[in-house]
Amino acid sequence: MARVRDDMGDTRWGRLQRWLREGDDSLDRAMIAVWDESAEPEPEPVFTVPPARPEQKKKNQKHTAKLEKLLRVFSVIAAVLLCVGIIGILLHTTALLPSFGREDNPVHNEVPRRYIEKGMNEDTGAVNIVAGMILDYRAFDTLGESNVLFVAVCTVMILLRLQAGDPDERLGSDTRDRLIEPHSDPILQVIARVLIPLILIFGAYVILNGHISPGGGFSGGAIMGAALILHMLAFGEKQTARFFSYRTYRAVSVCALGFYALAKAYSFFTGANHLPSIITIGTPGRIFSAGLIPYLNIAVGLVVCCTMYALFSLFRKGEL
Amino acid sequence: MTVALWQSIPFACILLPLFGAAVCLALPRRLARLWATFLMAAVTCMSLVFLVYMIPFGKSYNYPMGHFPAPFGNELRAGTLEAVLGLLFAGLTLICTLGGSRDAEHDISEGRQGLYHVLLLLMEAAMMAQVYTNDLFTAYVFVEIMTIAGCGLIAVRSEPGRAIVSAMRYMIMNSIGSAMFLLGIILIYDLTGHLLMENLHDSVVQLQAGGQYSQPLTMVVALLCSGLAVKSALFPFHSWVPDAYSTATPASASLLASLVSKSYIIVMLKVVFRILGTDVINAARMDDVFFVFGAAGMLIGSAVAITVPDVRRLVAWSSVAQIGYIFLGLGLHAGDAAVWHILTHAAAKSILFLSLPSLIPAGSDGSLRDLRGAGYRAPLAGVAFTTGALSLIGIPLMGGFITKLTLAQAALGAGGAHMWISLAALVLSTVLNVGYMLRCVLVFYSHPEEDAVPAAAPVRRGFALASVLVVLIAANIALLVFAQPILTAIRSGFAMFD
Repeated sequence: MARVRDDMGDTRWGRLQRWLREGDDSLDRAMIAVWDESAEPEPEPVFTVPPARPEQKKKNQKHTAKLEKLLRVFSVIAAVLLCVGIIGILLHTTALLPSFGREDNPVHNEVPRRYIEKGMNEDTGAVNIVAGMILDYRAFDTLGESNVLFVAVCTVMILLRLQAGDPDERLGSDTRDRLIEPHSDPILQVIARVLIPLILIFGAYVILNGHISPGGGFSGGAIMGAALILHMLAFGEKQTARFFSYRTYRAVSVCALGFYALAKAYSFFTGANHLPSIITIGTPGRIFSAGLIPYLNIAVGLVVCCTMYALFSLFRKGEL
Repeated sequence: MTVALWQSIPFACILLPLFGAAVCLALPRRLARLWATFLMAAVTCMSLVFLVYMIPFGKSYNYPMGHFPAPFGNELRAGTLEAVLGLLFAGLTLICTLGGSRDAEHDISEGRQGLYHVLLLLMEAAMMAQVYTNDLFTAYVFVEIMTIAGCGLIAVRSEPGRAIVSAMRYMIMNSIGSAMFLLGIILIYDLTGHLLMENLHDSVVQLQAGGQYSQPLTMVVALLCSGLAVKSALFPFHSWVPDAYSTATPASASLLASLVSKSYIIVMLKVVFRILGTDVINAARMDDVFFVFGAAGMLIGSAVAITVPDVRRLVAWSSVAQIGYIFLGLGLHAGDAAVWHILTHAAAKSILFLSLPSLIPAGSDGSLRDLRGAGYRAPLAGVAFTTGALSLIGIPLMGGFITKLTLAQAALGAGGAHMWISLAALVLSTVLNVGYMLRCVLVFYSHPEEDAVPAAAPVRRGFALASVLVVLIAANIALLVFAQPILTAIRSGFAMFD
C-alpha cells in the first residue's frame, strides 16, 4: 500500500490533508512548482500599449492611474446596481406571470391538448409523450439541438485539442492537472469494474426505452457518457483510448448525425409534400414502434454520450 | 394544397449543409474544403432558383417540417423577402469562404482546417434556418449554433493570444444576448402558450387589446429586442467587435461582419414585424430605443473609426456605425431601409475585409502608415476596397446612397424631433464616413516613401481571390443597377408579413 500512499501524498486531497494538519502552504507551493516546471519564455503580452513620448510619460502615468482607479470603482458600482436592478425587475415580472398550474393558463391551449390526446395513439405512437414531442412533432428543433452539441465539441476541439506545432504541445502532459489526480487507485478500479457495466446497461436501457418510459437519448446518453468518464478516471486514458479515441468519436458522430439528418429529411419531405411514408407508428408500447423515434433516440444518445466524454477529455488533457 | 418541387428549396438549403457538416468531419483536409465549397455552391444555386420562382409566385407560403400541421410541428415560411435574404446569405457565405481560402490555409494549422469547414457549414445551415424559420424556438436553437460556431471561427487562427482573447470577449457578450433572448422566449411562451409566429402574433394582439399582463409583455419586448441587439453588436454592446474582426482570419471576419450580425437582425425583424407587431413595439417605446442607440452608434462608431490607426480595426469600427444605420431604420419604422442596408453593408463590408489582406504588406501591423502605395502594389484589391468604401460612404449612384435616401425619406415622413435628429445624424455620420474611408483610399494611392519597400506577401492569393473580388465589385454595382426591383421585392416581402 506504500505506493498508493505516496501517490496520495502528491494528490490534491493529500496536500489538503497535510495543509489541514500541519498548517503549511504546501498547496500553494505545489501549485507554484507545477507552474515553474512549465517555465517557458514569458509569453508576449496580449495587448501592447503604445509607448508614450518621454516628456509626457510621467504626467500621463499619474493621470491614467488615477483615471483607471476611478473607472474601476465606477464600473464595479455600476455593474452591481445594474444587476440588482435587473434582478428586481425580473422578480417583479415573475410575480405578475400567470400563476403556476392553473387550468385556465394560456399555455394550456390546443397544442398540448393534441400532444396528450392524440400523441400516443394517432400521431407518434410513443407512450412517452415527451419523446413524441421532441423527436416527432418538433424533430427539427431537436435536430438543431444535437447539432448544438456537435458544434460545441468542434469548437472545444479547435480551442483545446493539442496539435503538432502548438506552443503548448511540447510541455507534454506533465504540467496538466491530471497528474495530480490519483493513478490506478485500487479502490476506484474495483468499484469501477462493478459499476461501469451496470451504468452502461442502465444507459442503454434508458435510451432504448425512450419512447415507452421516461428517458430518451439525452438522459441515456448522459448516463453512458458518465460511464466512459468513470472508466478514464479509474484506469487512465491509455486504457480508455483502446476503445474510444478521436477516430471513434468521429465515426460515431458522423454516423449518428448523418443518420438523423437523412432520416428526418425523408420524414420532413414526405410530410410537407403529403406523400405516403414508409414509417408507421406500430403498436404503442412495443419496443419496435413509434416510427423513427427509437432510432433517433439511439442517434441522439450516441451524440450526447460522445459529447460528454469528449468535453471532459478535452478539458482534462487536450486530447480525445 | 399541393406543394411544388421548388417550394422544398428552403428545406433543402437548411438540411443539406447540416448533413454536410457531419460528413465533413470525416473527410481529410483538402476533401473537406472541396466538399464545403461544393455544398455552399449548391445552396447558392438553389437559392437563386428559388428567388426566380418566388418573384412571380407573388405570395408567401408555409412549409411544414414533418407530418403535423403548423402549431403542432415545426414550420418554415418563405416570401420574397426571405428569398432575397436567402440568396444574399448563401452567396456571400460562398464568396467569403472562397476569397479567404488561401489566407485560411496560411492562418489555420493543418489539424484544424477540417473543423474550420465543419463550422462554416454549420454556420451556413444556421443562417438559412434563421432566414426561413416560422417558429421562435427554432430560431433560438439556430442562434445558439451560430453563436458557438462564431466563437470557433474567431479562435481558429493558430497564433495564440489575441485571437483567444477576442473569442472570449465575443463569447461573453453573445452569451448575455442569448440568455436575454431565451428569457424573452420563456416569458412569451408563458403568456401565450405558442411558439409559432402567426399564433404568437394573434395572442399578443389579444393580450394588448385586453390589457392583460401588460408589464410582463413589456418585459418580453425588452428582453427579445435587447437580447438580439446585444448579439448583433448594436452600439453600446459592440466592445467585442473591433478585436474579433481584426484578429480573425479574413474569411471569418468578413463572414461575421457581413452576415452573422445581420442574421440576428433578421430574427429581430421577424420579432418586430411578425410576432409582436409594430403596435406593441411602439407602446413599449422600443422604436425610440432603437432610434436613439442606432443614431448614437452611427456617430460614435464613425468618430472612433477616424481616430484608429490600424486599418482592420478601422473597418471593424465602421461596422459598428453601419449596424447603427440598420437600427435607425428600425426606429423610423422603415423596415425596407433596414433590409436594404443589410444587403448593401453585407456586400460592401465583405469586399473590404477580403481585399485588406492583399493590401497590408507582410510583417506590418496594419497601421495606415505602412499602407502607402498599397493600391499600386495590389491594383485589383485597391479598386475593390475603393468600391466598397465608396458604397459605404454613400456617394450618389452607390448602394449606401440609396440607404441614406430611404432613411431620409422615412425621417421626413416621421416629422418632429425624429426627423431633425435623424437628418442631423445622417449628415454628420456621412461626413465622418467620408473622413475615414477616403482617408484609407487616399493613403492607398499616395506614393510610398523610398526606403520603405515592403517584403513580398507570404500568402499567394492568386486566382481565387481575384475572381471573388471581381464578383463582389460586380455585386456592388448590381445592387445599384437593380436597386428598384430589389426594393420592390423587399417591400412586397414586408407586405406578405401580415
